[in-house]
Amino acid sequence: METQNLQQQSGVLPQQAAPGIGRRRFLGYVLAASTLTVAAQLGEGAAAPRAEAAVPGVPEPADLYDLNDMLTDAALPTSNLITITLNPDGTASFALPRAEVGQGVTTSTAMLIAEELDLPLDKVQVTLADARPELLFNQFTGASNTTISSYVPIRVAAATARQRLLEAAATELGVALSALSVLQGVITAPDGRSLSYAELAVAAGSLTDLQVSVTLKAASAFTVVGTPQNRVDALDAVTGRKQYAMDVQVPDAMPAMICRPPTINGTVVSVQNQAAVQAMPGITDVAVVSTGVAVRGRTFGQCIDAVQALQVTWGPGSEDSATDASVLAELRAAENPLVTPPLPLLTEAVDARFTFHFASNSPLETNCAVADVRSGSAEIWTSAKSPIDAQEQLAVQLGLPVNAVTVHVTEGGGSFGRKLFFDAALEAAEVSQAMAKPVRLMWHRTDDFRQGRVHPMSISRVRATYALGQVLTMDQRHTSVATEFGHGLGEIITASVAKLPVGGLAFSETIFSLTQQTPYNFGVTTQLLTEVDNGFHTGSMRGIYSPNVRCAQELIVDQLAAAMGQDPYRFRQGFLKDPRAVAVLDAVAQAGDWGRTMAPGTAQGIAIHPEYHGFVAVLAEIDCTRATVDRSVPDAVTGPRVTKVVCAVDVGLAVNPTGLEAQMMGGIMDGIALALTSSLHLAGGYFQEGSWDDYFYTRQWNTPPELDIIVMPPTTGTPGGAGELAVAGAMAAVACAYGRATGSMPTTFPVNHGAPLAFTPLPTVPPIPQSPTDGLSRAY
Amino acid sequence: MPQQTFVLNGQPVTVDVEDDVRLLWVLRDILGVTGPKYGCGLGVCQACTSHINGKAFNPCCTPVGDLQPTDQVTTIEGLPATVGKDLHPMQEAWLEMDVPQCGYCQPGQIMAAVAKVLQARAAGQQLGDADFDQIRNVCRCGTYHRIREAILSAQTQF
Repeated sequence: METQNLQQQSGVLPQQAAPGIGRRRFLGYVLAASTLTVAAQLGEGAAAPRAEAAVPGVPEPADLYDLNDMLTDAALPTSNLITITLNPDGTASFALPRAEVGQGVTTSTAMLIAEELDLPLDKVQVTLADARPELLFNQFTGASNTTISSYVPIRVAAATARQRLLEAAATELGVALSALSVLQGVITAPDGRSLSYAELAVAAGSLTDLQVSVTLKAASAFTVVGTPQNRVDALDAVTGRKQYAMDVQVPDAMPAMICRPPTINGTVVSVQNQAAVQAMPGITDVAVVSTGVAVRGRTFGQCIDAVQALQVTWGPGSEDSATDASVLAELRAAENPLVTPPLPLLTEAVDARFTFHFASNSPLETNCAVADVRSGSAEIWTSAKSPIDAQEQLAVQLGLPVNAVTVHVTEGGGSFGRKLFFDAALEAAEVSQAMAKPVRLMWHRTDDFRQGRVHPMSISRVRATYALGQVLTMDQRHTSVATEFGHGLGEIITASVAKLPVGGLAFSETIFSLTQQTPYNFGVTTQLLTEVDNGFHTGSMRGIYSPNVRCAQELIVDQLAAAMGQDPYRFRQGFLKDPRAVAVLDAVAQAGDWGRTMAPGTAQGIAIHPEYHGFVAVLAEIDCTRATVDRSVPDAVTGPRVTKVVCAVDVGLAVNPTGLEAQMMGGIMDGIALALTSSLHLAGGYFQEGSWDDYFYTRQWNTPPELDIIVMPPTTGTPGGAGELAVAGAMAAVACAYGRATGSMPTTFPVNHGAPLAFTPLPTVPPIPQSPTDGLSRAY
Repeated sequence: MPQQTFVLNGQPVTVDVEDDVRLLWVLRDILGVTGPKYGCGLGVCQACTSHINGKAFNPCCTPVGDLQPTDQVTTIEGLPATVGKDLHPMQEAWLEMDVPQCGYCQPGQIMAAVAKVLQARAAGQQLGDADFDQIRNVCRCGTYHRIREAILSAQTQF
């Protein structure tokens, strides 16, 4: 046969019985084809065993069934369309229906395949699948769900391929299956004769549909999963070969940018000088579109010139009179009141309200997409975590059938929630259609902060009552500007529900209740979300509600500990529900030397965060002394410095410990930023920040010089979600440390938000600044 | 339209483009050299950091008309050749420490790191924590700790 490809799809029957940690036997399907093709279903992820501990407190929804369980269950019917191909050269290819945005999923996926297929890791090629609407909910990257939902089906696919290759080898070598050994893509008979996978690929196919029973490896037999591996895309990254949407070159696709209104959701009333701008050097087209005035030109620099030159009359926006103070007032007015009956004898309460300002999930690669729209078809390139929803929404917008739109998923230069939406793809398509030319559209850095989606401002009131050494109740009322979940669960049905005024609130409340939980035996615990104000463009930021909710809770835990005369670490240790939580807490307390004598103005803080089947504990040390706070770095915010962080993480099973450490490290930087330095300031209907020297995400001068990340040994044996876990734990630990160092519990975040702006806001007309010209004079 | 001539990664190039177009766009949009990244265009994030005559600079802030025909521009693509190897020791350290996460800032980080090492060496010094504090390159994935470890490891290797 000409085609030498071996294609595998994992096959698994949904199991009704409780699987148990030791369950490794699955059924796969071989479909009639000229090459080996297998079908599969995703069933195990939802039924993955979770650590169960006695729960004296009333369980909250997320204790029993969390967002990840919902996402994994939602993916149930359709992962039978995932395919592994064995190439003629003996390498294996897999198109992962997820987005790689820096969290390392292509590496962990390659490891799963290498493990079950017994192929060297460097012979496994993982790419990103185009949007495939038939996958329904199974092409959604978010909520730290990728490893959880793909862990079993990918392995079953690889194991099915291995099984078929062994059977083909047994036939060809005339040897019993059980006598064969497999190593690194080569099958060997007892007498030393061997065949490579490449030689066996065609023979391993089938002319009729078959059912194949496969057994996954026991964890004790793992030689790849659980071992530290470097990123498979690291070489491309360090050589500049890694291709992002920003780098995609499509014939005739030229740079395009949009001149945006000075305030959020402003509209174009008229353009005074369209012809003159169109005549500027390098410019090919100018067109009014939904979000502003689009320009297309030979270089982005000339597009910036054109955007700056445009004279536009703008209509009002949706939040023109909004300020931080007005939004705070809105939140206070909407807050769900806590019923506070008179306290019984001997019962006391701690009660505090915390404010979390707007924050930005803008990654380093700004919103961007390439679009080539023709009269009957459209092709889009972008980094998309909801590519099916993107394809479906693009089809609606362009007036094309869904299958006339192709969405290629590129590797992303970070996401942090931003790329759940596909605003740049929608714009690029609209611009390409309006101009009848292909475009590479990108958002300017200033637009990405000011007009890009934001993590909404929120307040969180926490009230806990205690008596006689027990915490009796903890009630949390979280009031937030609405978080948009318009991407749904990745496709258009749930996306549409999420956008309805009532549906939207119900969707948010569902996400809230499926993600928020209390790890302590604090008696009766209630956590409720109220939302207001849909005039902003918002979205999930890494951790969604957790960083703010956890920060508020852990600060109250410190208050409870103090009120009850206990050390913060010992107090937590005594009240935690789950032994896995105690284990990570103990680990950081020990490794971080909790309780050591700290100099005046410095202190330790400790916090714990459970989520997505995992636990993280963080011990942070902070230096709030004058000398440190007053460090001078040009155009920067220094302030209090986190000097040391010790983090312990238990995700059940770490597929790649090196990757897990990386996710913890990044999450810790996020937590430090949210607690201390980074926020958006709202005034006059727009956010003031316009560059990385305005929006103070953690920089080298904010980084803790001492960082120790402890990856706990496997506990449950199945992997939990890791991408977001550390953000909430770190934000809370840093906030607690700050309170202990300054002697006063912080209630506004970041702690520097109320200080005079540490930058001069850029103008809003024109919406973007010109690039400086002094590059050569600043060479070093 | 004026012609701009300079040396790019060891090869002379000539481009027809206006003087005021910043070099970053000449590299990315006209010459198709996409190693240097756009992160802000304001000289802030340092994602575009490349070398001019061996020194780190921001092409996003450099009008192409400022370049002389003899100016040697090195992007990440040309870094290994500057030491006559397949990979510069700084890139090897980046791989050994598994530094990149999304990877978008890393070409600029590496170019800045090399320049920082050379700058310190010219002053007879090695880099330490206080110097790392001054590196302005933004990493939104937060890999700062591994960047420091990689620089410490590589600075004695070239």
